[in-house]
Amino acid sequence: MVDMSQTVALLAPEIVLFVASMLVAVLGLSRSTGIRSLVPWVCVAALVGSILALDAVWTPERIQGARLLFPMLGKYGKALIALIGIGLVAVSAGSIDRRYEEAVARGRASFDALRVVRGEYYAFLLLSLTGAMLVMSAPDLIWLFLGLELVSLPTYIMVAVARTGRRSMEAAMKYFFLGALATAVTLYGFAMLYGATGTMQLIAMRDVLAEQAAGPGLSTTALLGTILTVLGLCFKLAAVPMHFYAPDVYEGAPLPVTAFLSFTPKIAGFSALITVLGAVGWSGHAMVDHDGVRIAYEGLPQPVTAVLWMVAALTMVLGNIGGILQTSLKRTLAYSSIANSGYMLVGVIVGPKGGIGAMYLFMLGYGVMTIATFGVLAALERKGEEVDSFESLAGLRAAHPGLAFLLTVSALSLLGVPPLFGALAKIVLVFVAFEGGQASLAAVLLLNTAIGAVYYLRFVGAAVVNPQNAKSQEVVAIPHWWPKTAAIVAGLGLIVLPAFLSRLVDASATTVDGYVDLGEAVASETER
Amino acid sequence: MNLIWASILIPVVTAAVIAVANARAARSLAAVGSLASLGALAAFAWQFPAWSTGAVHPEPCGCAWLSSINATLGVGFDSVSLMLALLEAFLIPICVIGSWTAISERQREYYGWFMLLHASILLAFAARDVLLFYVGYEFTLVPLLFIIAIWGGPERRQAAHKLFLYTFLGSLFFLGSILFVGWQHHASTGLWSWDMGTLSTFASARLPANTQYWLFAALLAGFAVKVPLFPVHTWLPLAHNQAPTAGSVILAGTLLKLGTYGIFRLALPMAPEGGAALAVLASVLCTVAVVYAALICWVQTDAKKLVAYSSVSHLGICMLGLFALNPVGAQGSVLYMINHGLSTGALFLLIGMAYERYHVKDMDQIGGLAKRMPVWAFFMVFFTMSSIGLPGLNGFVGEYLCLFGAYIATGDASTGYPGLLGPGFALVAGTGLILGAMYMLLLVGRYVFGPLREPRDDAHAKHGHDGAHAHDGGHDGGHGDLTGREVGLLVPLALVCLFIGVYPKPMLQAIGPVVERTLAPYPAAVERTLKSQPQAAEAVQADSKEDDRG
Repeated sequence: MVDMSQTVALLAPEIVLFVASMLVAVLGLSRSTGIRSLVPWVCVAALVGSILALDAVWTPERIQGARLLFPMLGKYGKALIALIGIGLVAVSAGSIDRRYEEAVARGRASFDALRVVRGEYYAFLLLSLTGAMLVMSAPDLIWLFLGLELVSLPTYIMVAVARTGRRSMEAAMKYFFLGALATAVTLYGFAMLYGATGTMQLIAMRDVLAEQAAGPGLSTTALLGTILTVLGLCFKLAAVPMHFYAPDVYEGAPLPVTAFLSFTPKIAGFSALITVLGAVGWSGHAMVDHDGVRIAYEGLPQPVTAVLWMVAALTMVLGNIGGILQTSLKRTLAYSSIANSGYMLVGVIVGPKGGIGAMYLFMLGYGVMTIATFGVLAALERKGEEVDSFESLAGLRAAHPGLAFLLTVSALSLLGVPPLFGALAKIVLVFVAFEGGQASLAAVLLLNTAIGAVYYLRFVGAAVVNPQNAKSQEVVAIPHWWPKTAAIVAGLGLIVLPAFLSRLVDASATTVDGYVDLGEAVASETER
Repeated sequence: MNLIWASILIPVVTAAVIAVANARAARSLAAVGSLASLGALAAFAWQFPAWSTGAVHPEPCGCAWLSSINATLGVGFDSVSLMLALLEAFLIPICVIGSWTAISERQREYYGWFMLLHASILLAFAARDVLLFYVGYEFTLVPLLFIIAIWGGPERRQAAHKLFLYTFLGSLFFLGSILFVGWQHHASTGLWSWDMGTLSTFASARLPANTQYWLFAALLAGFAVKVPLFPVHTWLPLAHNQAPTAGSVILAGTLLKLGTYGIFRLALPMAPEGGAALAVLASVLCTVAVVYAALICWVQTDAKKLVAYSSVSHLGICMLGLFALNPVGAQGSVLYMINHGLSTGALFLLIGMAYERYHVKDMDQIGGLAKRMPVWAFFMVFFTMSSIGLPGLNGFVGEYLCLFGAYIATGDASTGYPGLLGPGFALVAGTGLILGAMYMLLLVGRYVFGPLREPRDDAHAKHGHDGAHAHDGGHDGGHGDLTGREVGLLVPLALVCLFIGVYPKPMLQAIGPVVERTLAPYPAAVERTLKSQPQAAEAVQADSKEDDRG
């Protein structure tokens, strides 16, 4: 009998965030400027609180009771979400509602609770992060689906809410309809998986599928369901073939939302992906019966591997080539985000033997780089608008040497120059790809790193090398310290984190602790 | 160990200090930092115990940095890498002090990047852990990118871009290869190690011949870009020509040597079967580079471009010596690496000094400068002689040994080191030397001697106010001879060149044991390759006979 209260206790981090999101929704409507400016602080406090809560409630007994497929995934994963979440809040603070707040402060506009969006924005931000955390502790497909929806629904609104412009609306509509389509595909996949196994519980599903695999082989319905799920989740990852929306939506959305979109749905999507794949394949298909151990296959079913391989390779190649062709900063970063999803998919294909750990390590690096890059861009503006062209960044070093340095560091880290953290995380990925027998994907990854160099160098060139022009002289720093601080912390993190690489590799490897291990299964069987 | 890290970290600290210090103090700080780094390395070299044994000192440490795969911060030198590191540490103060008047804009950044470049090159030469080597090797690109792109000539951005993308792509081949070898080592022994010695022993002994073939091909592809070898050399003349003087000096002096060093240190010892199988192909590319680049030099009118292409030609000879696969050639090759760094570096320095005065490099517009600058002309002739290999100067010894090594690299096993090249390669590459003498003398004849041609003042003024590039230093208007500072930079270089030329024995003795260790697996590997070739030839003959019968 599963003790309900224990399961609920395990959700303490999510509960903290949920309560905080209700709180900021109210605080943001306050007539007092002081209280309204407290909102980002409340968000940061809630995220810190959720990390503390995570540490407190995550005990072995509770995890046992929760019957999770990847019982330890949440510990590292939720902490990562909260940590990067703090950075994403900082990138947003200062941009959201700034014009309106300034107008109110100068007395040009009176405060109108209907026009202020700050509260809603942060409430949705926290709700989406809550969803991403929920995905990581999903014991069944329904929970998984609801978690994924909780990630996405707030982001549809965030794209539209934070800026009143045509492009923002267009982006929101596009994002919403394509997102709904992708959700339908995922749901169809889930339904087929249910049809093939007769259960929603992931652990039970794994056992049924293992029996099928050891006997007559996986049913076509199960395979088709898995592939549809993968394709539907590609939308969250911004991976081929569901990547088309990314450049348009990233460009149309306000800058802090773009930063949010390039991280939160991605980590939720990857977590959902490995949760489903963990039930369908990898070591899940070790059957222990009276003859001893029988393995239908190692890793994933062949068709699923083939699909993932194609998705990963195409995502890397199309992402990087697309990146070369862009002139807009945000579109370039959108393609960069696509390409990075491709790199991380390599880790997913390799699986629990190092691959998933390497993927989450890379995710950490990617999150930090996202904060550093978007933090710098969010700290700048030109004529009251976001900076969105390489031209406007030209000669940034002359006016803002610190920001130019941080942008250079994060671009070089994305590019893959050692000893910056991004490069080392990528090397770990290449390494596990070799180890997992995916040498060809490792080669594709390395070649793509070289292609990506072309557009990452543009950031460096614009910020440090090129002289100022008429356009870039109008670029000024915004009068808020939040984004700048986020960029400084993240940028220095990219330089300092390599010193702790060993510990971070170990920490990210804990994500698969407790997942069925073939060796352990055999050992426990022989003991019996 | 501590002295090695001191020599690497002093420049890093200097760079950090420069970043926050007063802009005017930057150049002095850089000079002090680079001299201190040289001092630390010289102190290490002074007490270095392994000059004559070929061993690595100090022993690889157990200081794991990434414990799960046992990647370490192991540094250490054998005599070859120590010589190259000393060359680097010796050239850097010259570059820094040589830039004092040439660089007037953004001085803090310039000297800061230069210090970081220095640190990463030293790290690459000092590293005993292949991943650490990769870090140093790859990071050199970043400072170099900035040095060329910000302070270079009119096409600097294109040059920097090309340099970065070419070498970055190349080094990914190299990264892929070493990760592969490390993984293979773990798969067959169950242990992780990234120590160069361990991996080389493992790979050469345990990997099958076919794997070694592809491993060598990948490593060669990676390092060939940096060397650069014939088809992938196109980035170098552009980068050299557009780089500021000090950038060209360090590029020719030690950065290209990272490529040759990589082949010597990693590719050859790791994959002897591959090395033996691909030696002929690589040597053909080298020989083509020697002759082809020499012919290009011949038609150059731009002095700096001429020297840039001569680098391609010279490094072809250097690599040919390496692929002779016998100790004579390899010794010559290592010596050539150092000599080329000295003499070509000095030539770039001299051309830079003339450019600072006239802002013109085109020999159609400028020439006969001996009449204006006799001291400059003396050094120019001296280093030209060193570069074309006049006996008695440094260039001769290395060049001769490289060619001789290739000459004797025949299938004859009586020397103990059968080879795959033979007199043909030596003779063709030898024509490169003759061409080399011709184009270098052409340079001297037009640029240094001959009728005096100076750019007209208006042209000079126009170039002077071109503004975009940072070469327009403080020397405007002064067409005088070299200053004391400049002479002070050239004299140490000239003395070292003279010393190596007259008395190369101690260096050759120091290089010898290392070379023998590196080439130890080669006689057997070459024998196997030689055996397989005639068989193939016989098989073809047999086939054709059968065809005839049919």
